[in-house]
Amino acid sequence: MSEDTSHGQPGSEVALVDEERYPVPDPGLEEHLPRLTDVDQKAADRATRQVATFFGLVPILSIGFVVVYFAVPGDAWVDFGPLRANSRNLLLGLTFGLALLFLGIGAVHWARKLMDDREMIDYRHSAASSDDDKNYMLTELDKVVDESKITRRKIIGRTLLAALATILLPMIVGLADLGPWPTKKKRAETIERTIWAPGVRVVQDVTFKPIKPEDIEIGQLINAEPANLQELHGSEFQIEKAKAAVIVVRMDPNTITIPPSREGWQIGGILCYSKICTHVGCPISLWEQQTHHLLCPCHQSTFDLGDAGKVVFGPAARPLPQLPITTDAEGYIVAQRDFLVPVGPSFFERDSRHDSP
Amino acid sequence: MRLLSSRRRHPAAKALLLVFGLFMMGALYSVIAPPAQVSADTGNSQQIAEGKALFAVGCASCHGLNGEGQTSGVIQGPPLAGVGAAAVDFQVSTGRMPMAKPGEQAPVKPNRYSEEEIAALGAYVASLGPGPAIPEPAEYEPANLSAEDLARGGELFRTNCSACHNFEGAGGALPNGKYAPPLIGLDHKRIYLAMLTGPQQMPVFSDEVLTPEDKRAIIGYLDSLHEQPASGGFALGGLGPVSEGLWAWIIGLGSLIFFAMWIAAKGVKAK
Repeated sequence: MSEDTSHGQPGSEVALVDEERYPVPDPGLEEHLPRLTDVDQKAADRATRQVATFFGLVPILSIGFVVVYFAVPGDAWVDFGPLRANSRNLLLGLTFGLALLFLGIGAVHWARKLMDDREMIDYRHSAASSDDDKNYMLTELDKVVDESKITRRKIIGRTLLAALATILLPMIVGLADLGPWPTKKKRAETIERTIWAPGVRVVQDVTFKPIKPEDIEIGQLINAEPANLQELHGSEFQIEKAKAAVIVVRMDPNTITIPPSREGWQIGGILCYSKICTHVGCPISLWEQQTHHLLCPCHQSTFDLGDAGKVVFGPAARPLPQLPITTDAEGYIVAQRDFLVPVGPSFFERDSRHDSP
Repeated sequence: MRLLSSRRRHPAAKALLLVFGLFMMGALYSVIAPPAQVSADTGNSQQIAEGKALFAVGCASCHGLNGEGQTSGVIQGPPLAGVGAAAVDFQVSTGRMPMAKPGEQAPVKPNRYSEEEIAALGAYVASLGPGPAIPEPAEYEPANLSAEDLARGGELFRTNCSACHNFEGAGGALPNGKYAPPLIGLDHKRIYLAMLTGPQQMPVFSDEVLTPEDKRAIIGYLDSLHEQPASGGFALGGLGPVSEGLWAWIIGLGSLIFFAMWIAAKGVKAK
C-alpha cells in the first residue's frame, strides 16, 4: 500500500509531467477543505441528531406498516379532491415508501456531513496475469489433456464434436414452428387475401347490420366488416377481422376526386376503404368529415379518402387500399371482389406496383 | 250555510255562479290538458317566419340569407339545406352557433337563445330541406338498459367513438387545433344529437345504420362508465399515456434528478 501514502495530497508528485502523452499536467486533487461539521462540534452533534432522527423514524413507519396491514379494513376508501384510493393500500404505500425514503436520506446525510470526505485515487492495474500464473495454467491444461487420454483415443474427440454440432439441429428446426413458411402459395392464402369475396355484404361492426346506400348520409362514417365474418370463431375470427375490417364513408361527389379506373368502385360518393393502416397496421377510424382526412392514432399517418386514399402526412408509404363495392338484388351494399392489393403493413415479398390507381 | 241559502235568489247569484263554474272548468282543463310543447313543427308557418327573422340576424352573415352557405371568402359557412332541426338544436343550444369569429372549430359558449327561438330557427332550417328532426326523450334517455345492452353500447363506443373521444370519453386532440370534446357529464340529448347530425368534423351516425337503440346503449354505457369511481388513486384525467407520461417525466424523473444532485453536490465548507 506504499503508493497510497501520496493520495489526497493536493499538488503532490502524483501529477504526471510527460510532454508527449500528457501535454497538460495533471492538476491532482482539489484542495481538501474542512466542512462545518469537521470544525464545529455543535454542528456535528446536530447532524448526528438529524441522521439518528431519520433512522429512528424507519422502525416507527415499519411497525406502522404492520399495524395498517392488520388494522385497516380492506373496504375503506379515502376520497379527497382528485384522489380516490383504497385506505389500506394508500397507508401501506405511505408507511413503507416513507420508511425507505428516510433510510436513504439518513444514509446520504450521514455520508455528506459526518463520514470522512477526503478523496482518494486507486490506480487501475494491468488486467493480464503474471507469467508464472500463465505457465502454471498451461502445464495444468497439458496435464488434464494427457490424463483424459483424448490424444490417444481420438475417436472420442471426434464423436464429441459431432454430438455437440448436431445437438443444435433440433433447436434450429424447432424455430420453423414460429409460423408458416412464407412461400408464394402460402402468402397468397394468408396475408395477400381477406375474406371479402364477390357479393359479400358490408355490415356494421358489432351489430352486423347490413347497410343500404340510402341509409348513409353525406359525412357518415361506418365501421364495417364482411358479413361472412360472423361464421368464424376464435382465433380465425380475430385473424380475419384484423385484415378484413373496412370503413365506409359517404362524401359529396362534387367535392372529391375519383380516378377514372375507380369510377365503378363506388355508389354515389359512398366509398369503402381498408381500416388497416399501411404503415404498421393499426386500425384507423379517426375521420374528419369536412376535410375527408383519415388520421391514424399510432403515428399520425393521414390518408385523404376524398382522393383515392392518398397519404397526405405521416410515415405511411402507400395509399389505403380501396374495396370495390356495389349493391345486391335487395339493395344492400356488397363487395365486388376482394381487395386488389394486400391490406395492412408492408412485407418483404409484397408486390407494391398496383397500389396507386 | 244560512247566509248562502238566504242569498240564493240575489240578483248577482247567477253571474257569480257562472264565473265560479268557468273558473273551475279552466282549472280542471289546465290539470288535464297536455302542456304546450315547444317544438320545431315544420307545418307552423308563423314559427318558420319567426325563425327566418332570427336567422337573418344571427346566422345569415356566414350561412347566407337563405341558408345557401358561403364557400369562398374570409367568412365561410356550409349550406344548411338538409341539416334539419336536430343540427340547429345541437349547435345553438350548446352555444357553438352563432360563432363569435371564424376558426377551425366552434367552441362551446353560453347560449343566448330561448327554447322557443331555437325551435323557430330549427323550424326554418328544416323547411329548407328534409333533415333529421329533434328526437323524443324516449329515443335518447337510457332507461331500463340491461347489462347486455350496456356491454353492446361499450363495444359500439370503442368501435365508433373512441378513436377521437378516447376510451373513457375524455376527448382528444385532432389536427390543426381541432379537438374532440370530452363526453363526461353531458346531457343525453346532446350526445344523441351529435351522433345523429355529425357536427363539424365529427362523422354522421344516422339512425338507419346506428339505430336509436344502439345510440341509447352508447349513452347508457357512457353514464355507467362515468358513474364508476376511479379507484386507482389519481386518475389524471383518464387521458392515458399523455397525462401519465407527463406526470412520470416531471414529477417522477424530476424528483430522481433532485436526489441525484443532492447526493453528488459538494456541501458547505467551513471557510
